[in-house]
Amino acid sequence: MTSNRIVGASVPRKEGRDKVTGRAQYIDDMTLPNMLYGATVRSRVPRGKIKKITFGSGIAWNEFVIVSAKDIPGKNCIVLIVDDQPCLADGIVNHPEEPILLLAHPDRHALPKAVDTISIEYEPLPAVFTIEESEEHREIIWGKDNTFKTYLVEKGDIDGVWEKADYIVEGEYRTGAQEQLYIENNGMIATYDPERGVTVWGSLQCPYYIHKALMTLCNLPADKVRVVQMETGGAFGGKEEYPSMIAGHAALLAIKSGRPVKIIYDRMEDMAATTKRHPSRTRHRTAVTKGGKILGGEIEFAVDGGAYTTLSPVVLSRGTIHAGGPYYWPNVRIRAKAMATNAPPHGAFRGFGAPQSLFAMERHMERIAQVVGLSPIEIRRRNFLQPGQTTTTEQTIREAIDLEKLLDRALELSNYHAKKQRFSKDNRMGTSKKGIGVAAFLHGAGFTGSGERNLSSVVDVEACADGSVRVLVSSTEFGQGTKTVLCQIVAETLGLEYDDVTIAQADTGEVPNSGPTVASRTVMVVGKLVQSAALGIKQTLTTSGALERSYSPAEFRTACQNYVAAHGTFRSSARFEAPSDVFWDDEKYRGEAYAAFAWAVYVAEVTVDLSTYSVSVNDLVALQEVGKVLHPVLARGQIVGGIAQGIGYTLYEKVIWQNGRMQNSQMTNYIMPTSADLPPIRVFFEEMGNIHGAFGAKGIGELPMDGPAPSIINAVEDALQVRFDAIPLLPEDIFEKLATESISKSGPHSAGGVQSQ
Amino acid sequence: MTTNISSGGRAKCELSFTVNGERRTVRVHPMERLLDVLRQELALTGAKEGCAEGECGSCSVLMDGALVNSCLVPILQAKSANIVTIEGLAAGAQLNCLQEAFLDFGGAQCGICTPGMILAASHLLQRNPQPTIGDIREGLSGNLCRCTGYVQIFDAVAKAVQFKART
Repeated sequence: MTSNRIVGASVPRKEGRDKVTGRAQYIDDMTLPNMLYGATVRSRVPRGKIKKITFGSGIAWNEFVIVSAKDIPGKNCIVLIVDDQPCLADGIVNHPEEPILLLAHPDRHALPKAVDTISIEYEPLPAVFTIEESEEHREIIWGKDNTFKTYLVEKGDIDGVWEKADYIVEGEYRTGAQEQLYIENNGMIATYDPERGVTVWGSLQCPYYIHKALMTLCNLPADKVRVVQMETGGAFGGKEEYPSMIAGHAALLAIKSGRPVKIIYDRMEDMAATTKRHPSRTRHRTAVTKGGKILGGEIEFAVDGGAYTTLSPVVLSRGTIHAGGPYYWPNVRIRAKAMATNAPPHGAFRGFGAPQSLFAMERHMERIAQVVGLSPIEIRRRNFLQPGQTTTTEQTIREAIDLEKLLDRALELSNYHAKKQRFSKDNRMGTSKKGIGVAAFLHGAGFTGSGERNLSSVVDVEACADGSVRVLVSSTEFGQGTKTVLCQIVAETLGLEYDDVTIAQADTGEVPNSGPTVASRTVMVVGKLVQSAALGIKQTLTTSGALERSYSPAEFRTACQNYVAAHGTFRSSARFEAPSDVFWDDEKYRGEAYAAFAWAVYVAEVTVDLSTYSVSVNDLVALQEVGKVLHPVLARGQIVGGIAQGIGYTLYEKVIWQNGRMQNSQMTNYIMPTSADLPPIRVFFEEMGNIHGAFGAKGIGELPMDGPAPSIINAVEDALQVRFDAIPLLPEDIFEKLATESISKSGPHSAGGVQSQ
Repeated sequence: MTTNISSGGRAKCELSFTVNGERRTVRVHPMERLLDVLRQELALTGAKEGCAEGECGSCSVLMDGALVNSCLVPILQAKSANIVTIEGLAAGAQLNCLQEAFLDFGGAQCGICTPGMILAASHLLQRNPQPTIGDIREGLSGNLCRCTGYVQIFDAVAKAVQFKART
């Protein structure tokens, strides 16, 4: 067996042929006989008691199947972390677009009018729309104090550092909501019969999340619920938790009608009703020496969770752990909280809290640099985490990461120093200003802390009658390349050809629970399990004498065929076991937060046009250390795609809220980057390897979401010498800030928040 | 063209057009969207609905050689037209050079925009067989992709131009 023939090669995507020919089957491409179409009647108010529901005239209501909360066979909630989110509002609504009733009809054209004719009277209740209103506690909308979750991370003696500081630097940073904007809207089909129970097919990331939610909602045992993933047209976290809601709705209609029911959201419904990235506010107060060394700091990280808990505790957790960036904090106190507001719940989106707190950290580093009088480069150099040092949660950095080297390479690739000098000279003239900015960051792969231990994921690899092997996992493909990379890992492990390995459709009726497809965990965690399960197949074949120790792919196929012919197909399983030296304390939020971090330095170059106030990104250098790259084309695709979303997050994508409802829930007024908007994105990898991942891989999917916002805004500041501490940054924001700055005639960096001691 | 009232109360008419080289006749409401007729009446589900307002381009098809958003075309307008969908691009098992290049160079990730994107690229190459990178950027800017950041789509189109030149 030669080593690494297949891992590291850009083999064709397993489902690629179906995708380029239009044959790939997404949920809306599927039709079942006798199928009804479902629609959702939603709240039009942010908070209130439902007083009366009137079904309007002119509609043949007897043709419709109508479901309300009282039709739910089990518990009226979408089970996830805390059971606070109803599947259908029962008497009270807590956010606009909250589902209240479900309708189904054989003619989908009959639904919109029927939905419009239903009028719901509410007794309005006072609502809360911002983190600040929520923390005022004037109105309690959730629990005792509007707080879904808090964390406190403490390291060293933060109270003792202030008197030793030469400078204390303060800042406040904000990030807005962001819509995932997968091009395929959400959708599900459900069927029900008393024998087999409920089956749903859909566009989704996490089959077993839905499986669990449906068991509780429909009051069915595990073997009477089956969840099947169809080809999924993008997800980015946006199909992590909300599909459980839609699957529940389709299942309830199917149970009541006894017929298959399809629910497909249109774009407006998808944007207005489903999750978005959590808006955030981060406050930093940092003690620094004259030499630019961070002595310690206090970080307050707050996110707006919307009306129900959903995933906010875990989004908050990741944001909290990433809040200190790739820097060494001898002393630190991080207080974090997820607050309730009367907006649709915010949820998972690539990066999962980290883009928010890392934006703050990397903007704050610029501020520290200015106060101390060092360059943005030097301030980072002097504070980078070194091997042997500990993170804010006191995780020792064991890998030989050299962040200074990474930074130097990124500066060289971007020609940073020459450009910086040239821009500052050229910017004295003209109405077009150029700037260049850097961001350094890290991203933890896999579930946080004890998460992977609790998930205890299982995978199977099966030896098939035709001599091929088949991977069985609940890990889903939605563009990243899950299917391809997991098959590469097995082919490499067994010394087979890539085409000898196939992967099963993610169907809970067939595949074990290998955990959700989130948190940049698939290649690193599930990949390692798949590798170990594959070795089990080889062991069975060799110990039985069917296969020699050294073999060709053809010999393996023959041995596998013979063995299966004699003994039947067989599966080899692997279950996650946490390494014994990994320690995490959930109470104190201390220990090994992640099995591995990926590291990166991004450099952005921008032009700000002072006649239109628009920012264009001219160049983006993305250098990252992600362990071993298993598939160069897919890996680069992940990085470039993440950066494009990051550029949208920074400069284009603004959710406009009114009374908790998204006002611009269309592609015409919520603007994502087109092919004409993006700069050349130049991707470079350092490969250090990682003992925890298959063939040395780390997580990669979320990392590129973290870097664009701070590097671009740092570049805008470099161009204009004016500070911007909130994203998205639209032309009108720049116009307004420049107008205010010129009125106050204050110097560029004279605004408050800095104390000298 | 004949019109009558269906049992559902929606007037239907019969009309014919050519799809992927085959003459097809359908009996539908005249304002039915071309997208729905392709997907539901003709089971050609390669064209996808992304936004239903002509912004995303995932429902793109070629109509008499022009690239159109089939979500904005009432079927009446397609009467007698010559339509090409993604299903009509490959010759049997043999992929078109664009399909091949999208497969090899990472032009397709989740795949939902891919049929429309490939048709847009095909339309571009018909008008401009040797596009510059700027032409490709501009030519595909009516088709949104949320996965790729477009760079590998540009790579794929550029490679397809090379394939074509060789064959």
